[in-house]
Amino acid sequence: MVSFWSGYALPTIIIILEVLAIIIPLLVAVAYLTYAERKVMAAMQLRQGPNIVGPFGLLQPMADGLKLLTKETIIPAGSNRALFLAAPMVTFLLSLVAWAVIPFGAGLVLSNINVGVLYLFAVSSLGVYGIIIAGWASNSKYAFLGGLRSAAQMVSYEVSIGLVIVSVLLCAGSLNLSRIVEAQHTIWFAVPLFPMFIVFFISGLAETNRAPFDLPEGESELVGGYNVEYSAMTFALFFLGEYANMILMSALTTILFLGGWLPPLGIPPLTWIPGPIWFFAKIAACLFVFIWVRATMPRYRYDQLMRLGWKIFLPFSLIWVLVTAGVLETFGWLPK
Amino acid sequence: MATTGITTAAAEAEAEFRIKPYTINFGPQHPAAHGVLRLVLEMDGEVVKRADPHIGLLHRGTEKLIEYKTYLQAMPYFDRLDYVAPMNQEHAFVLATEKLLGVTAPLRAQYIRVLYAEIGRILNHLLSVTTYALDVGAITPSLWGFEEREKLMEFYERVCGARLHANYFRTGGVNLDLPAGLADDIWEYTEQFPKFLDDLENLLSENRIFKQRTVDIGVVSREQALDWGFSGPMLRASGVAWDLRKSQPYDVYDRMEFDVPIGLTGDCYARYLVRTLEMVQSNKIIRQCLKEMPEGPVRLADNKIAPPFRGEMKRSMEALIHHFKLFTEGFHVPAGETYTAVEAPKGEFGVYLVANGSNKPYRCKIRAPGFAHLQGMDFMSRGHMLADAVAIIGSMDIVFGEIDR
Repeated sequence: MVSFWSGYALPTIIIILEVLAIIIPLLVAVAYLTYAERKVMAAMQLRQGPNIVGPFGLLQPMADGLKLLTKETIIPAGSNRALFLAAPMVTFLLSLVAWAVIPFGAGLVLSNINVGVLYLFAVSSLGVYGIIIAGWASNSKYAFLGGLRSAAQMVSYEVSIGLVIVSVLLCAGSLNLSRIVEAQHTIWFAVPLFPMFIVFFISGLAETNRAPFDLPEGESELVGGYNVEYSAMTFALFFLGEYANMILMSALTTILFLGGWLPPLGIPPLTWIPGPIWFFAKIAACLFVFIWVRATMPRYRYDQLMRLGWKIFLPFSLIWVLVTAGVLETFGWLPK
Repeated sequence: MATTGITTAAAEAEAEFRIKPYTINFGPQHPAAHGVLRLVLEMDGEVVKRADPHIGLLHRGTEKLIEYKTYLQAMPYFDRLDYVAPMNQEHAFVLATEKLLGVTAPLRAQYIRVLYAEIGRILNHLLSVTTYALDVGAITPSLWGFEEREKLMEFYERVCGARLHANYFRTGGVNLDLPAGLADDIWEYTEQFPKFLDDLENLLSENRIFKQRTVDIGVVSREQALDWGFSGPMLRASGVAWDLRKSQPYDVYDRMEFDVPIGLTGDCYARYLVRTLEMVQSNKIIRQCLKEMPEGPVRLADNKIAPPFRGEMKRSMEALIHHFKLFTEGFHVPAGETYTAVEAPKGEFGVYLVANGSNKPYRCKIRAPGFAHLQGMDFMSRGHMLADAVAIIGSMDIVFGEIDR
């Protein structure tokens, strides 16, 4: 009985607690990301933003969540019921699952697997299913177009993201996310790989369906795209999934290019601040840019987005991978 | 027999593989439909094969209603046509009745009318340009623009009491003189408005995504624009220098110094630029109006047409009778007909007015510029993508109040 307790039950409980320790703050972060987005965009657009519910409108996300919870989930008559309900769950689930391998600090990671980058890559590729299933199962033309757009978009940007990651891997010499961060002790990869950093960030915008690549939603063309038929909690799951993905993309940018939990310089006043704080601060900075871009840029057209992905980013990142590999090889800088 | 069997089988197989274009019902409840446009789009994937605009969802029978109203009572209907720039429509009707009556408004009234017509133009173009940006996905300009519109609508409110449906112009002048201090405030506004325009242009004019979405989209050639009866910015963006304010000036436009911006390419971007530059010119005209505006009466002294002043009514029996007759029976307009057009912000807004000597118009046909522009939807959007169709609707600057009437 003791062996069952210490060998099986206790680790399970610990894992569940660890998972909860990631998911609950994540969901709170998502809620306040929507608040931050509204406040930041309001400031850029010379208005107030939410300021009624609670002090400075801080309870607004709670009110919104409560509203969505209590509303009726409408399932369109012509839809495929099972898939229609499965799609938001898939999106939401995948956006949470990815967090298993994200290191929040030195050793602060749920599962320190050796193929962390590949795992993330796989999970984010699966993300397209939620949207394409939603588009198809809704049995609506607008939703269908949105689903198609998103499938094409995510597939094409995944390719260039893959190549960007390859160039990071060449420099880091590991697929383990913690190792990648530690490899940036001397210099953040954003400096030597600056163009790749930009390509990655833009592809990240496309990957998360954010402006200026928010074509699958495109409220002025597709009136909401794939989630046009969704309401109440099914919609909320899409919404949460999208914002969790934004945070994930920012975390990934931070880990791959901005030195994860490492301070900008390894000198005393900066090193006193604990790693996770640096990590969250960098994520917040990335998220700010996400929001900033949304407030500034018009939306791309479908074919222009494909052209950018396939004709500019793909050849560019391919060449850069070759250049990186060549430079590392010539100067003998390849990590052992 | 065998061969025909094969060919029919082949034809069947071909028919099976031919993809039927699918139709999308775009609107009337669509955020980019600019009101109640219902557009039936035949699509091949994302490419528009045919665009079929359906109108009439906002039809109120304005023209018929006007036949049953006195000339004064007909005025508010013009506010409700293009409700984005109400006074410009009033202007056309007022000029038409004045022409039939054979009177001209006092000079100060003419200046005030031009002043407010230009404020209306800015109001319209602000809405048009910023919601156009919204249609192509830029959210910030519309929020900036609406703040400016709010300030301008305040000027509307101060002069007539209403932000939108002004009902301010009158046959033979305007309803009331500008209240004290308003001219100074408008002047102050015109000083900071170019700064706002610069900000707006910073966000859009050289934005690469904005240009990618608008350049070479919905190109209208010079000939097409003329053939389809386009007017206003839609015509000028295609390179035709035609502006009624220049070619047949009404009121005091012949005294104004302003340029007419012309586009060269006739695409959505040219239309955007023309509107933006027109705002600069309107600002210039407003300043000129304020600077040159003379003192004097703002409506005709002829009490058969314009009501007497209130103070006079307290003293003079005749004035009281005039007032009573004007607001019960209205003035009579001698028989005749006229087509009078003004350069409304959206294009040539014309009123074909037939009078039969009574106190009501016999017929009032309204020529709305948006109606002609919407006809071009099909040829402008054919072969473009769905997102471009949205951009084209945005660049046409249509308002359903005037199209459906």
